[in-house]
Amino acid sequence: MEPLSWGEILIRIIGQFTPVWIALIVLFAVSIVYKRKLGLYGKLFDSTIGMIGFALVMFWVFTAVFGAMGMIITHDGLQQFASMKNKVPGTFLDEEGVYNYYLLGGDNLGRDVFTRMVKGSWEVVKIAPFATLFAFMVGITLGLPAGYYGGKLDTFLSFLANLILAFPVILLFYLLVTPEIVATGIPVYMAGVLFIFPIVFMVILMNSRFYTQPSKRNIYLAVTLVIGTWLYLGIAWNADPLGIISFPANLLVVFVSVVFVNSPTVFRIVRGLAMDIKTRDYVAAAQTRGEGPWYIMLWEILPNARGPLIVDFCLRIGYTTILLGTLGFFGLGLSPESPDWGSTINEGRKLLSIYLHPALPPAFALLTLVLGLNLLADGLREESLRD
Amino acid sequence: MGLFILRRLGVMILTAICLTFIVFFLTNLAPNLEKLAKSEVNQRMSDDAVTTWLANRGYTQPLPVKYGQWLGVLPGYVIEGSDGVTRGRCINQGMAPEDAPSFCGILQGDWGESSVFKDDAGSIIATRLGLTGKLMFWVMVVMVPGALIIGVLAGMREGSRTDRSLSTVSILSTATPEYVSGVIFIAVFSSSAVGLKWFKGTATSAMDDITFANFTLPVLTIALYGMGYIARMTRASMTEVMTAQYIRTARLKGVSFGNIVLKHALRNALIAPFTVIMLQFPWLLNGVVIVETLFNYKGFGWTLVQAAGNNDIELLLGVSVVSVIVVLTTQLISDIGYVYLNPRISVT
Repeated sequence: MEPLSWGEILIRIIGQFTPVWIALIVLFAVSIVYKRKLGLYGKLFDSTIGMIGFALVMFWVFTAVFGAMGMIITHDGLQQFASMKNKVPGTFLDEEGVYNYYLLGGDNLGRDVFTRMVKGSWEVVKIAPFATLFAFMVGITLGLPAGYYGGKLDTFLSFLANLILAFPVILLFYLLVTPEIVATGIPVYMAGVLFIFPIVFMVILMNSRFYTQPSKRNIYLAVTLVIGTWLYLGIAWNADPLGIISFPANLLVVFVSVVFVNSPTVFRIVRGLAMDIKTRDYVAAAQTRGEGPWYIMLWEILPNARGPLIVDFCLRIGYTTILLGTLGFFGLGLSPESPDWGSTINEGRKLLSIYLHPALPPAFALLTLVLGLNLLADGLREESLRD
Repeated sequence: MGLFILRRLGVMILTAICLTFIVFFLTNLAPNLEKLAKSEVNQRMSDDAVTTWLANRGYTQPLPVKYGQWLGVLPGYVIEGSDGVTRGRCINQGMAPEDAPSFCGILQGDWGESSVFKDDAGSIIATRLGLTGKLMFWVMVVMVPGALIIGVLAGMREGSRTDRSLSTVSILSTATPEYVSGVIFIAVFSSSAVGLKWFKGTATSAMDDITFANFTLPVLTIALYGMGYIARMTRASMTEVMTAQYIRTARLKGVSFGNIVLKHALRNALIAPFTVIMLQFPWLLNGVVIVETLFNYKGFGWTLVQAAGNNDIELLLGVSVVSVIVVLTTQLISDIGYVYLNPRISVT
């Protein structure tokens, strides 16, 4: 059989992505119809840049989710066909029971590049947003008191943050994400420390809001603590009493190092915002009312700092994606079989002067996702500044 | 001002000590030492042999003591080994134990020996740093003017078509990490598959002789990633300046637009980017590591990867000392420069 022409490849790829297109169209149609009722999210659909960014991001999110559910992909991404080694895009695969073409060619082990690219998006989508969220929780929990109280606490925490920031990121990764260090259990202890912050954050959040209504507060606190501790034990210590949650050890290391690297920057941003906002009148009003410091920090200062924080959240997911790619590029942490984009780019680059097709699709995938996040952040910034 | 610099220097030294201690701690963990022993002697060493080997070479001393010796504030160990040979931190090969100095650490200028390259760590770092210095010089030459021009052009007329397109370009360049742009550059400009072959895909030959063909791609790859960020900062600061009262006054006076931009706006608009450029250094260091690996240019970043990948303790410590000093110095310069450039900020 003849290999496919570029036009046919394109049509088939677009066809493979059908579920993603449908989901995107539905999402956009619904959002545009109800955009006046959706707050900041709805306003996003007033800016072209924001819409393009959002479309790019959601394209990869849907691709990741549907790909993980086994839709979009044409092969299983690990199966190797010796006849398909380094074959160009659109090569015919003469095997029973599998998709008959390698749409974007085969890599140096004869695996399907297209499938690996789609699967790689899941590797990013399942880590990057959560790692960023955790980094934000750590940064907010430490940054608010540092900015609000100032003084010795601020000096100490800022020193710690600058200490981590002065570390070259790659050196830190090399030091943390090696099998020898994993064997000593240091990443698990770091996870133990870092992952406690989200629980602390939620508990303080609930307590400061509802402490005047003890019956309500006790219920909320109990629920938060039970769920939080359960997740904490499962994720950080791999000791879930119910045995439902478990976190692969190598993924945990990657997760922890990414959170660790990101949180000092978030800390600095939150601290700066808190220092600025604490001089406002509504904070003074709350102080006069006799509100506690944590109530002021979490329910007066934090909501008013949300604009810059949401924008930075989008940018930071992009940065985390780049960091994950860097880890993969240096072969750190993730398993060698892993289809994540960094690893596939690294594998593909070794034969780059002869075969382009294994390295370029993951490179463009990573590029478009990060670009989408940047555009989205830009759109959000523009829209949140408008009012 | 003097007090400010002194205080900053104090914090800097404290930071450097903390950071090197962390690196020291992580590289001296038991599994790493075991790996070191096995890679130095042989892979099938018994556990007892590993322990003796490490004890004979002073690795089993308490961590703070080892750190003090490495730093040069504690006298180096002298151990009469179980095999009868007297080894000391300061006793080099072919030197009688009595002649050796008692202190030999970073402070005495002794950086130790690299276990991978079998050479003095200090001299390795010096050579590699020189190579990376050349790379960085050209990166700066390309990146800084490029970013400033893009930023100023975009920011002088906010919302214009030039602004829109240049801003998109800078967003695109910040969204492209080095390992993506490098791969795309190699694919387009140097692979036989596309066939342009304008530049070389490796920079190994640039270590001896820099040419346009072998150095363009690495320089461009690093410069591009930093460029977008600086350009966006310049644009933001330029748009802010352009709405200031004194610019409006100048326009109403009838000063030409070119003169306003060059004489009135530019100076004030360049304060913020200066800090940003200085603070880019840690990120550039990151880019250097990726690009040197990608283009096989054996500079500082490449050395870092080799040292970290092979747990070459002395070399890795040297590398981290240098990079931490670079980062902290640039931070200090950026703070001082900010104060000098911006008369509204005072440190006292």
